[in-house]
Amino acid sequence: MFELLGIPPQALFGQVLLGLINGSFYAILSLGLAVIFGLLNIINFTHGAQYMMGAFVAWMCLNYLGINYWAALLLAPLIVGIVGVLIERFLISRLAHLDHLYGLLLTFGLALIIQGLFRNNYGSSGLPYQIPPQLAGGHNLGFMFLPNYRAWVVIASLVICLATWFVIEKTRLGAYLRAATENPTLTQAFGINVPLLVTLTYGFGVALAAFAGVLAAPIYSVNPNMGADLIIVVFAVVVIGGMGSIMGAIVTGFGLGLIEGVTKVFYPEASATVIFIIMVLVLLVKPAGLFGRPA
Amino acid sequence: MADALSADVPAGGLAVTETTKGTERLHRAIFIGLAVLVAVAPFVAYPVFVMKVMCFALFALAFNLLLGYGGLLSFGHAAYFGMASYVSAYTAKNWGLTPELAILSGTLIAGLLGAVFGSLAIRRQGIYFAMITLALAQMVFFFSLQTPRFTGGEDGIQSVPRGKLFGLISLADDKALYYVVAVIFMAGLLLIYRIIHSPFGQVCKAIRDNEPRAISLGYRANRYKLAVFVLSAALAGLAGSTKAIVFQLASLTDVHWSMSGEVVLMTLVGGLGTVFGPIVGALVIVSMQNYLASLGAWVTVVQGVIFVICVMLFREGIVGVISRAIKRPL
Repeated sequence: MFELLGIPPQALFGQVLLGLINGSFYAILSLGLAVIFGLLNIINFTHGAQYMMGAFVAWMCLNYLGINYWAALLLAPLIVGIVGVLIERFLISRLAHLDHLYGLLLTFGLALIIQGLFRNNYGSSGLPYQIPPQLAGGHNLGFMFLPNYRAWVVIASLVICLATWFVIEKTRLGAYLRAATENPTLTQAFGINVPLLVTLTYGFGVALAAFAGVLAAPIYSVNPNMGADLIIVVFAVVVIGGMGSIMGAIVTGFGLGLIEGVTKVFYPEASATVIFIIMVLVLLVKPAGLFGRPA
Repeated sequence: MADALSADVPAGGLAVTETTKGTERLHRAIFIGLAVLVAVAPFVAYPVFVMKVMCFALFALAFNLLLGYGGLLSFGHAAYFGMASYVSAYTAKNWGLTPELAILSGTLIAGLLGAVFGSLAIRRQGIYFAMITLALAQMVFFFSLQTPRFTGGEDGIQSVPRGKLFGLISLADDKALYYVVAVIFMAGLLLIYRIIHSPFGQVCKAIRDNEPRAISLGYRANRYKLAVFVLSAALAGLAGSTKAIVFQLASLTDVHWSMSGEVVLMTLVGGLGTVFGPIVGALVIVSMQNYLASLGAWVTVVQGVIFVICVMLFREGIVGVISRAIKRPL
């Protein structure tokens, strides 16, 4: 067996994998934030709570209705997405004419309500969620042990991210979306129902968060607070990447997850703050963000 | 921004910022009324409760200075409040500093932290500004969590001595401490009032309403933004340091993001961009927390509901509504 700078490869690759998994969640969540921000011009503070709701809906499906993981992977984003559509229709859309900061405050309030309600019902100790039997176990790759479920999380996130990129950048629907982002009034004048597009976009962004939540459920326990701290890290990811580009959000998310994982091996004390430190450096060197367009 | 550019005077802006003789007299009356209220409060209410309200009111006033008059929404003000609270508690307990020096050192550190974070955050605007301040504050939270030698980790710094003011007057008695806190609170309020109504404050408001125009008039917008940021951080630090001495405790709660959210809520309830609103907001929210303390996580839900109601239906806040009714800026 070889060693790298005194670190056994098992530990190194284990953390790299864990970093990639965190990176998957950063990528999906920052992607959702970027899509929502593009069209609604608000930062969705409820995103972390919606990620948590995704995990909880999967847990409820399994424990109350006996619906398995695979069905929950479709159902949870759908349910949370519908809740998101209602939130957009009845609350967020009424603030469209105001300063965007009110959208931030509204979604922050909603996040408090959702997290508080789940904490009241389920406590904050966390509930276990079994890895689906098809993905239990793992493979020995020689240099490391690869649990099947973790490999699946990385692959599934990559697929969903690239699919989102494809829809937005390469299809007609995506073209409408980009047009509405660029100039909503003109797009509406061409006969496209922009308010509907806005609602569906919010629902889609929220569904992405819920999808990430279901993926996360078997890895981290299902916990009402699971989204609260994560969303702040994702905010830093978004500041680093800039919200101008879909691919930028994906690359930044995975990249920062990796960096965080490697930091955990070489200098564990800094692993919680490394993303914030990178944010500071990026702000000093390239204030608009790595993929951002200068305002 | 676009319609503000085309208008010579921002709509409604003049009416609100104009300080007439009558308004000045009204404000003076409010100040005197508030001073009397603060002086008699410990005889009718529980002094520790009133001190808590004053600390949080000062915190909200500091936050409102930045948001209401600088137009900058910081979602990380807990960093200055909490860090100052730690510094004040640490210096009072471990270095044996007298309370006024402990509070001063907390305030200074918060101001320094504000200078560093402010100069980073003002590089971006609007929503990004809020996200950056939140992320930087979270960094302070992790720092506090990981340096238990300084912060006491999960336990916080407990049983901080209240000490003797100037080394002479013991503050162990609640009444004695109360009047020190009252003086700090009134002085903070007066200072903020002066800042808002000074030429400096007027320029800040101009930048808030129309930054390109202020720049074209020759004002260095970023310097003003940074200055108001540092002032706000230092005053938030003053509130945090005082709080640490009053409750003899500095803990992770003070640096957590939920504290940043609470101060936003207080300001929103009281009235954004009003001078006296944050005081009313702090009174409402602190009282609510006291009465609902037994309900546990429901407090979070209630706070969230108040947030949503305020944003959807009640954006002017309590003092904002009164101000509109009597047609005078408050």
